Amino acid sequence: MSDKPYEIIIGLEVHVQLQTQSKLFCRCSTMFGQAPNTQTCPVCIGMPGALPVMNRRAFELGLKTAVALNLDIPKFTKWDRKNYFYPDLPKGYQISQFDLPMSQNGWLDISDPKGGFEPKRVRITRAHLEDDAGKSMHDEAAGKSDSRIDLNRTGTPLLEIVSEPDLRSPQEAKAYLTELRLLLTYLGVSDCNMQEGSLRVDGNLNLHINTPEGQVATPIAEVKNMNSFRAVERAMAYEAERQYEVWCENKIKLGDSPGGHKTTRGWDDGRQVTVKQREKEESSDYRYFPDPDLLPVIVKPDEVEQVRAELGELPAAMRTRLETTHGIDPYDSDVIVNQGRELVAYYEELATSTRDGRRASNWVQQDVLRTLNEQETSISEFSISATALAELLKSIQAGDVDNTRAKDVFDEMVRSGMSAGDAMAALGIEKVDESEAEGLCRELLEANPKVVEDLKAGKTKAVGSLIGQAKKRNPNVNPGQFKDMCLKIVEGM
Amino acid sequence: MSVLEFTATELLAELTVGNVSATELTRVYLAQIEQNDEAIGAFLNVDAERALTQAKAIDQRRQAGEQLGLLAGLPVAVKDVLCTKGWTTTCGSRMLEQFVPPYDATVINKLKAADAVLIGKTNMDEFAMGGSTENSAFKKTHNPWGLDRTPGGSSGGAAACVAASMAPLSVGTDTGGSIRQPAAFCGVTGMKPTYGRVSRYGLVAFASSFDQAGPLAMAAEDVALLLEAIAGHDPVDSTSANVPTPSYTASVREPIKGLRLGVAREHFGDGLDGGVDSAVREAIKVFESQGAIVREVSLPHSKYAIATYYIIAPCEASSNLARYDGVHYGYRTDEKEMLAELAEERKTLEEAGDRAKLEAMDTSLVRMYRKTRSEAFGPEVKRRVMLGSYALSAGYYDAYYLKALKVRRLIREDYDAAFKDVDLIIGPTTATPAFKLGEMNEDPLSMYLQDLYTVSANLAGIAAISLPCGITGEGLPVGLQLQAAPFEEEKLLRAAHMFQQATDWHTKRPR
Repeated sequence: MSDKPYEIIIGLEVHVQLQTQSKLFCRCSTMFGQAPNTQTCPVCIGMPGALPVMNRRAFELGLKTAVALNLDIPKFTKWDRKNYFYPDLPKGYQISQFDLPMSQNGWLDISDPKGGFEPKRVRITRAHLEDDAGKSMHDEAAGKSDSRIDLNRTGTPLLEIVSEPDLRSPQEAKAYLTELRLLLTYLGVSDCNMQEGSLRVDGNLNLHINTPEGQVATPIAEVKNMNSFRAVERAMAYEAERQYEVWCENKIKLGDSPGGHKTTRGWDDGRQVTVKQREKEESSDYRYFPDPDLLPVIVKPDEVEQVRAELGELPAAMRTRLETTHGIDPYDSDVIVNQGRELVAYYEELATSTRDGRRASNWVQQDVLRTLNEQETSISEFSISATALAELLKSIQAGDVDNTRAKDVFDEMVRSGMSAGDAMAALGIEKVDESEAEGLCRELLEANPKVVEDLKAGKTKAVGSLIGQAKKRNPNVNPGQFKDMCLKIVEGM
Repeated sequence: MSVLEFTATELLAELTVGNVSATELTRVYLAQIEQNDEAIGAFLNVDAERALTQAKAIDQRRQAGEQLGLLAGLPVAVKDVLCTKGWTTTCGSRMLEQFVPPYDATVINKLKAADAVLIGKTNMDEFAMGGSTENSAFKKTHNPWGLDRTPGGSSGGAAACVAASMAPLSVGTDTGGSIRQPAAFCGVTGMKPTYGRVSRYGLVAFASSFDQAGPLAMAAEDVALLLEAIAGHDPVDSTSANVPTPSYTASVREPIKGLRLGVAREHFGDGLDGGVDSAVREAIKVFESQGAIVREVSLPHSKYAIATYYIIAPCEASSNLARYDGVHYGYRTDEKEMLAELAEERKTLEEAGDRAKLEAMDTSLVRMYRKTRSEAFGPEVKRRVMLGSYALSAGYYDAYYLKALKVRRLIREDYDAAFKDVDLIIGPTTATPAFKLGEMNEDPLSMYLQDLYTVSANLAGIAAISLPCGITGEGLPVGLQLQAAPFEEEKLLRAAHMFQQATDWHTKRPR
């Protein structure tokens, strides 16, 4: 970026579907993937005379998320109507929160253990609740211009989380989303499934360009329709370059008339470009006003404290704790924590019982995660318990098996479901008796006077050829122990 | 003496002892409708078969010795703004001409649970917007006291059907005076309960923070009976008040000793008809003769009530009526015609090479919205949707909507202060008796002034009742309005009953 004469300014709006049994203002199910229009009632399809009643559970999940995002929770919050016409919005308005949202002024820390960017605190403007619209499906088959509407989703609770424009690169945008999703997953408030639309991202981007006349801002573009974090990263990168090219051409600044207003663009994943979307002239003024069908919500401070007390350990705190308690570095704690609470629990059991956090970390990251990937399964369904794996790591620590052969044992355990001890026996691995090892050592030293000479001269690497020979004679020979023994004997010569 | 002269309370006694059956009674009223409604036009929809089926079932249950509900066999008419499952609910609008709700309003559920016989759906101003019922898309309702007169509105059908003895009880709704003004014009007793007393679930919304369903009947006792049947907390209406519902029928006959009545100077200003003025002053004397103490109270902000109401109510209406867009239910413009029209326009513009207009052309969706709403809403509804959309627009919100909300609070505070000194505020319901049909067609502002004395109660959310207190020289009934603090419906009913014990205005019937 530094080679470009501009700074990228990104703010993200994230819509998260909250994991409730029923919708925000009625009792219809929120289950995904049911037959169209089977999860509807007079309230969510906006029948005349039907009235909303707030789902307390949805509010609680919103509150939990807001507290975890360090947002302030005002004592008084209310519902507002956002008025616009669209076929998938049967009431003609969305119930949202306008000037008095349920939470505001929070933050989320992000960092990159690989050092791609400096750790930073991203400010969060607000998080508020609203009801989701339905889905329009445009049937563009030959000669048809029909649209079909599925109202199953209508009324599903959404939490809209709006960041300040604090992100300075597509990488930071992706990191913010990854950390946010992790937090939401830890909280258990959403399944964050982007394919099913339970997490949706809109990105607002513009550039601050350095010119001889000083810094200028380009018109803001809101980019929609990004279906993965990778897409967000690419769309933001594309949009930054596009804006710079456009600016070089027309020099239109933010706020200029004409052309300086905010525009809406859609990400075309197939073509990897952003495309200008038709501007909805009727949507420019939402005529927000308080919804007279709903009562304001009063949140007591002790209610907020209760929620805070019940949050449990969150990812950022967990990373720091793993680093200090188990002596692993930030890169490793990041990988482990990013896998979710269950893997962290697995790791911690392993680290605690083997008293070797680093070894446990290596095994979890390399062997356990690799196997989970291969088996396409999760840690909760993994066949080797932390206790069973600890037995294997303890054998390594005791010198019963070397690290390389331990991998074979692990694979055998995965394959057969055997314990570490049984798997080692099955593979014929047993600890070589000390006197037997010493005999072998002396024998090989005698047969290789050149090596002895080298060793005496301090060339310890020379022992390597002896280890190779020893392994051929007895595969159970522990290379580390064998080396130590050789050096000791040579010293005494 | 015909049963038609009986009050609902008297009819209930006859039903209970078996002097008349629900079926017989229903037949009497159906016959009355058959005979008179062609001239009056109170009903939009009468379903004799449905009513008789209900009545028969009730009779059978009574014969079987079953415990029956509060209204046990009494016919009740319902304003066509309350959703009735499987039974067309039009709101007096082309938009909902064919609309058959898949559910019952809570009020309807309660009526059914009370074993009422639902006899028909009554005419109204479109979406309850109006004061003469002339805004109904379907027909005019005539005042039984003078067929060239309006019955008032928007619950004109609800009041007229009681006045013309076509139903002993009826349910209306009151957003700015829509129960009380027609009750006054038609010489019946009608109450707007406290906001939150009766569930709004299934009441098709006009202005959500004002709308309230309430009873119309011949006498205060009957109003007490019907209110007791329909009032109560409803968990599916967030604005329904979670307060106990007293037994109005048990207390209505208890006079209030030392009743303190407040008279607001603001209710006796310019434009008050002389006949109305003298009838109301006579009524106050009646109360005094019964021991009531009368004192003056002040409602200084009431002069802003109409302006305040005609900002907030249209704002809410503009949003409430957005759902009538032709997409999911209700009226939709003829699509083929609409698409042909668009194609024609496009062709003309293309030929003229008018690129700017071509780009600005409606999409078929926008045109569908435009035509659907243009064709199916009447002028008054459009007027209010436009007023409300304007007042809520960016740049106007603070000056209109927000300011109106502040004045609304001041109006409520006026009442809070007044009710510290008095039990009830007494005054005219309307400035004039029923006006002539067509008289205000070209003058929406004068029509809005119909709400002058009634609308403050809706702004403040308090309870109020209108009862007949005289007949003018022209032979038209005069309405007396009593207003009470929130949830003091009992006081209204007891005072109204006291008055009706001392006078016979409520028993007067049009010829």
